[in-house]
Amino acid sequence: MNEIMLLTQLEKNANLNRTTLADLLQSEESEVLKTLNELEKEKIILGYHTIINWDKTNVEKVSALIMVDAAPEREFGYDRIASKIYRYPEVESMYLMSGKSDFILIVKGKTMKEIADFVATKLACVDGVSGTNTIFIMQTYKANDFIFAETENKKERLVVTP
Amino acid sequence: MDINKVLSEKVKSIKPSGIRKFFDLAKQVEGVISLGVGEPDFDTPWHIREAAVYSIQSGQTTYTENPGLLALRKEICRYNKRHFDLDYKSDEVLITVGGSEAIDIALRAIIDPMDEVIIPTPSYVAYEPGVVLAGGVVKLLPLTEKDNFKITPEALEACISEKTKAILLNFPSNPTGGTMEYEDYEKIVPILKKHEIIVLSDEIYADLLYEGKHCSLAHFPEIKDQVLVISGCSKAFAMTGWRIGYILGNKDIIKAILKIHQYVIMCAPIMSQYAAIEAFKHGDNDVEQMRIAYLGRRNLIVKRFNDMGLPTHTPKGAFYIFPDIRSTGMTSEEFCNALLEDQKVACVPGTAFGEAGEGFIRVSYAYSLEELENAAARIKLFMNKLK
Repeated sequence: MNEIMLLTQLEKNANLNRTTLADLLQSEESEVLKTLNELEKEKIILGYHTIINWDKTNVEKVSALIMVDAAPEREFGYDRIASKIYRYPEVESMYLMSGKSDFILIVKGKTMKEIADFVATKLACVDGVSGTNTIFIMQTYKANDFIFAETENKKERLVVTP
Repeated sequence: MDINKVLSEKVKSIKPSGIRKFFDLAKQVEGVISLGVGEPDFDTPWHIREAAVYSIQSGQTTYTENPGLLALRKEICRYNKRHFDLDYKSDEVLITVGGSEAIDIALRAIIDPMDEVIIPTPSYVAYEPGVVLAGGVVKLLPLTEKDNFKITPEALEACISEKTKAILLNFPSNPTGGTMEYEDYEKIVPILKKHEIIVLSDEIYADLLYEGKHCSLAHFPEIKDQVLVISGCSKAFAMTGWRIGYILGNKDIIKAILKIHQYVIMCAPIMSQYAAIEAFKHGDNDVEQMRIAYLGRRNLIVKRFNDMGLPTHTPKGAFYIFPDIRSTGMTSEEFCNALLEDQKVACVPGTAFGEAGEGFIRVSYAYSLEELENAAARIKLFMNKLK
């Protein structure tokens, strides 16, 4: 089983029919399911998400990018303080950065107020966090390889060409 | 006006393309699902498009030197060295308006009236008319499924006469997806050398190879001077509409071909040439990503056709499969017409690529997995009805 090819295909489309997947890998469906199981156990595959453009629904959602300054700890470095932050379900993504800030978080909430409250009452109060800088996201143009804006025209191909 | 008197005998002798005929039929069917397209479904990568836009914005709107921009020719040499281990210098490269122009002017540069050109068939539709328009005589070399659509030394010898001037090859092949490996070429090299046959090698699909390394006749030093490698951007970089092709070969032959190019074309469009520089310089990753996508699709579609009872060998290159439909008792054309009518799926009859394609259909897999599954499901329904 070509694991890299399996992962590459799933990264593009996790919803790919498992028979299609097996056949394009020149394998059997049972073999694909077995490999997926192993990859999940090994935490190489962590999950399967759906990319949703919530702006097109009537559900209100707000996201913010938050830069966090933090003091590393002896023995633990940034890991322990990071774990105190990423355990909050509000934190969708978290990265350790080079440069001026130590962490960048992407935080999701229903309203700006909800995110502001999270920063003021939770994030800024975490031991070791010395400063935050919250930037609200106004519009998503592209996320996870998908373009959200509807500017792309579908191209017309001829039906039959040499 | 009697149109028959107006047109030249040469043009009148050229039959309308079988593809054209099928296209006219297929485009009338509403909701048709096509597996009939001979071009990539990907968009040209953004950085390449952007390079062309930038070239226009910065006023690059003139003619270029006849053989093409030196920077592009150098980049093509580097690309061929890097990808195929082929050594050419910038004065051994000519930039053309697609591979099509390259084939036309290369033929015109070497063919005298009644010279014979061997064309292995089934073959790309433009080769035969190209030879006829150049004043040559076509000598067909039928390839068979039994030989995996490869050229055998026996079949080649049988086609050679005193008049034989050239052979027009296309591996990986449109329409069969067949390839020639080093061992296959090794057997025919002495024959080509002995008879001093010029090789026009259309290697436009060389980057889309799924097993092994691409081999060219230009890899054989003893005949390298006899070989003209023809390729371009269309298939590797999904740049069909940009019309950038090229010829690699002996610099004296290139110089002679250039005479035709400079009078009939002048030069390939400059903005396309700038796009091509970007493609050859920074496009390796794009080629690889598309190649891997085609590989998965190939595996899938070969399996689907074999499972539905249409024997299909697994081609090593290009983006076509060539299923054997003889078990249905229909001709290629009957099969494709019936499939189009019954399930609204368009595949191209093998005979559109020559008589040797009878009993086969060409299926392109330059489509998304979803489209391929959808079409395969419909063809399966059609096959079940036949049983």
